[in-house]
Amino acid sequence: MSAREEVLGRIRTALGETRAPVPEVLRDYRATDDRPADVLLDVLVDRLEDYKASVLRCGPDDVAASVSAALDAGLGAGWAPGSVVAAPGLPDAWRPGGLDTDDDRPPVRLADRAAALTAVAVAIAETGTLVLDGTPACGRRALSLLPDCLVCVVTADQVVGGVPEGLARLDPLRPLTMISGPSATSDIELERVEGVHGPRTLVVVLVG
Amino acid sequence: MTTTPEDLRTDQTPLAPGAPRSGTTFLGLPTAPRGVGHLRGDRSFPDAARDALRDGQLRANLGHATTTIRGKRARVVAELPDWAQLRAAGSALKTATMARLDEHLEELERQVTARGGTVHWARDAAEANRIVTELVQATGSDEVVKVKSMATQEIGLNEALEAAGITAHETDLAELIVQLGDDKPSHILVPAIHKNRAEIREIFLRTMPQFQGEGADRDLPDEPRRLAMAARAHLRERFLRARVAISGANFAVAETGTLAVVESEGNGRMCLTLPETLITVMGIEKLVPTWRDLEVFLQLLPRSSTGERMNPYTSTWAGVTPGDGPQDFHLVLLDNGRTAVLADEVGRQALHCIRCSACLNVCPVYERTGGHSYGSVYPGPIGAILSPQLTGVEDNASLPYASSLCGACYDVCPVAIDIPSVLVHLRAEHVEAQEKPTAESVAFRALATAMSHPRLWRLAQRAASLGRLLSRGKPTMPNALPFPASAWTRSRDLPTPPAETFTSQWAREHGGRK
Amino acid sequence: MRVALFATCLVDTVVPQVARATAALLERLGHEVVVPSGQACCGQMHVNTGYRREAVPIVANHLRAFAGAEAIVSPSGSCVASIHHQQAMVLRRAGEHALADEAEALAARTYELSQFLVDVLGVTDVGAYYPHRVTYHPTCHSLRLLKVGDRPLQLLRAVRGLELVELPGAESCCGFGGTFSVKNADTSTAMLTDKMANVLSTHAEVCTAGDASCLMHIGGGLSRLRSGTRTVHLAEILASTEDAVTPHQTTRPAVTA
Repeated sequence: MSAREEVLGRIRTALGETRAPVPEVLRDYRATDDRPADVLLDVLVDRLEDYKASVLRCGPDDVAASVSAALDAGLGAGWAPGSVVAAPGLPDAWRPGGLDTDDDRPPVRLADRAAALTAVAVAIAETGTLVLDGTPACGRRALSLLPDCLVCVVTADQVVGGVPEGLARLDPLRPLTMISGPSATSDIELERVEGVHGPRTLVVVLVG
Repeated sequence: MTTTPEDLRTDQTPLAPGAPRSGTTFLGLPTAPRGVGHLRGDRSFPDAARDALRDGQLRANLGHATTTIRGKRARVVAELPDWAQLRAAGSALKTATMARLDEHLEELERQVTARGGTVHWARDAAEANRIVTELVQATGSDEVVKVKSMATQEIGLNEALEAAGITAHETDLAELIVQLGDDKPSHILVPAIHKNRAEIREIFLRTMPQFQGEGADRDLPDEPRRLAMAARAHLRERFLRARVAISGANFAVAETGTLAVVESEGNGRMCLTLPETLITVMGIEKLVPTWRDLEVFLQLLPRSSTGERMNPYTSTWAGVTPGDGPQDFHLVLLDNGRTAVLADEVGRQALHCIRCSACLNVCPVYERTGGHSYGSVYPGPIGAILSPQLTGVEDNASLPYASSLCGACYDVCPVAIDIPSVLVHLRAEHVEAQEKPTAESVAFRALATAMSHPRLWRLAQRAASLGRLLSRGKPTMPNALPFPASAWTRSRDLPTPPAETFTSQWAREHGGRK
Repeated sequence: MRVALFATCLVDTVVPQVARATAALLERLGHEVVVPSGQACCGQMHVNTGYRREAVPIVANHLRAFAGAEAIVSPSGSCVASIHHQQAMVLRRAGEHALADEAEALAARTYELSQFLVDVLGVTDVGAYYPHRVTYHPTCHSLRLLKVGDRPLQLLRAVRGLELVELPGAESCCGFGGTFSVKNADTSTAMLTDKMANVLSTHAEVCTAGDASCLMHIGGGLSRLRSGTRTVHLAEILASTEDAVTPHQTTRPAVTA
């Protein structure tokens, strides 16, 4: 008998011939967040800053300038545009001039870049979480991982209240990366240290 | 840990119906085999704990760390007005999943396969180790990077790979500390919780190549930030050259074939993203039926484990995505005793565990003895119910007793596993598996007879009051009493029993009234 | 009200003054106390040590002893928790479904002392006088299984002359745990040591609780250290009046109640 058949057979034995009915799952937890949009944006900013991420807010016409300011904050003024890689599908209006665009190069070559610039798919206010879904605007997973500074542009319509609303907007078949602040560890005496293997700096440009 | 070979098993007799015994359960379902993996200690819990309790540094490290995390968890849990509802939903979802586990696993297999992954089934640790080793060998690589995973710890995968000439690099900071220190993990979430910053600094200075040799810069303060940066430098190049990664999984979604790894440092993302081949080893109980179910667990898990609103990174993937991440994905579904646990209607709730480790952090026993005393990779309250069930209770017979039944674990469990009740159940399973009477069972049975017959009970109480003779009029009994009373009187006075019980005095004073 | 008192096997045999205090208190509040003579044990120790089959006749005896009682009160959170959470379960597992139904009905009429006083009788000021500095240890089963909450503290705050001091780390287990204290004596002692350190840090004269078993543990440790801080059951404090204010529990049993 194959291992597959054997393991499945064991499960059937364990559950018995007359199986217990499947209990109903009561989902009476909060599924939506009815707070006004501007309140949710404030919550998102508060949570991001609590994780030691920086947040710049701007209007829809000032995105590129704010991204520049974000890169100033993350890399220090005078950064070289060629050291910053943008996701291939990022709107042109969001890109400061001279940035490199991610292409089919081997992912490890992203490691020598100073910063990455991406959009997000969803942002969850209550947990301060940005979700990147691998679409061209968010880029492949290595892009938001290897450069030491990550700048994400979030638009107001992408911000939801809680986790249930966030997951409902996502496609589970895509490779998703949920990011809540910079890389961190609590492995030494359970004290949080920001910045280990992932980007040590996270700057969020919040549009709207 | 244990190396007891199969042929040293003391009892090879066939099983009588209804007689649970090490090796199989009464339904004949095999438990995790001996001789492979890390589910069994080489000493009983009280023996191991006795040494740990004397280790002042360990006690200080554990006390500090568990106190820190308890406070953080309590704060972020209190923040959610619907925590109780989430907890109830998490518990119900797990119960529902287990009730149709076979169907969900088949669906998961279909979905993963449809998206370009390959699914393997492993009856036990040895089979899982063999599958993974062969998969690594097929790539031609002689090293792998690993994401922290309890399942691969459980089966002893690193040792199996090493025996095949493959080097496994642990990449989680705490796992790295344990690996470099030639140590064993002592906590589910923070395997190096028993080490403090000064000890970690010493391990890094001693073992990391960057600090060795003439002229190496050995300037490494014991600040957690600097220690984390040393780990970053140590692992960076390994991540970039790795061709094969091995991970566990926190969740697998049956309806979509989506796998999820929840982490903090980004080492998980490195492993899940950069290598060409990804091998994920997952216990068969870790799946959830639908994508929507994650909305519950992604709220319960981070707040319970690290005391954060959300962990820094959660990665999900379904099979293979062209142009993004590993192009060769293998999922190994592991039984290794889990179906035997599933067969126990009381004990099966141990399979609901999402490995948050909140129960460890609040446990007064764990806080004092540390994880190594439990012998298994699963320490603390959840380990005390999971390990004995995975191995058969006789192979971890002291663990169900390693609890004062204070109930703090049940209170914090995000999926409401009633750990105290399962502990008590496993104690009974152990007692009922004994074929010969023990001194304890003789005493408890005699006491039970007395306590079920009021006249006998009055006689027994009168006999107890004869203890007064030993105390010779003093308010406490002598310290040197025979076992098992000596176990009490070594550190605690025992009051001298009074001359007359309450009920007897009451009957005397109240005459015929009941 | 006619109240049946379940003394518990430990109180009855080792610290009878706790049961006497409970009876005296209830009578002082104007209730009739009966002590069913057939009572022995709730079965908890057997169940928790793994002898659940052996517990069946013990539980059956308990049900016989208290059959017909209108309300049952016990000065032990742990035993009442066992009556509420274990007795019926043990009987059902043994196939004794009729007895299990009886056990559930009996459990519904069984109260821990502080719950009975506050919830059933609706009193928090029981007219007690106890001029001592006291700290309160919320025992695990009272706290987590019975959820007695702050009822004992409400009762203590109303005691004349009593100075209540907060116990640091109050919700940590004292390390008793029934046979845990013997099977894992070293770990139990380590837990006890921390509990005693917290008790002593309050400079209280008396550590009180709603469970005689935990108090025997803490008191046994404090006595071994010759600390001078003693343990006194909540019932003894609440039973104290201006006429009798010096109850002692563990090492020097009180003679009167």
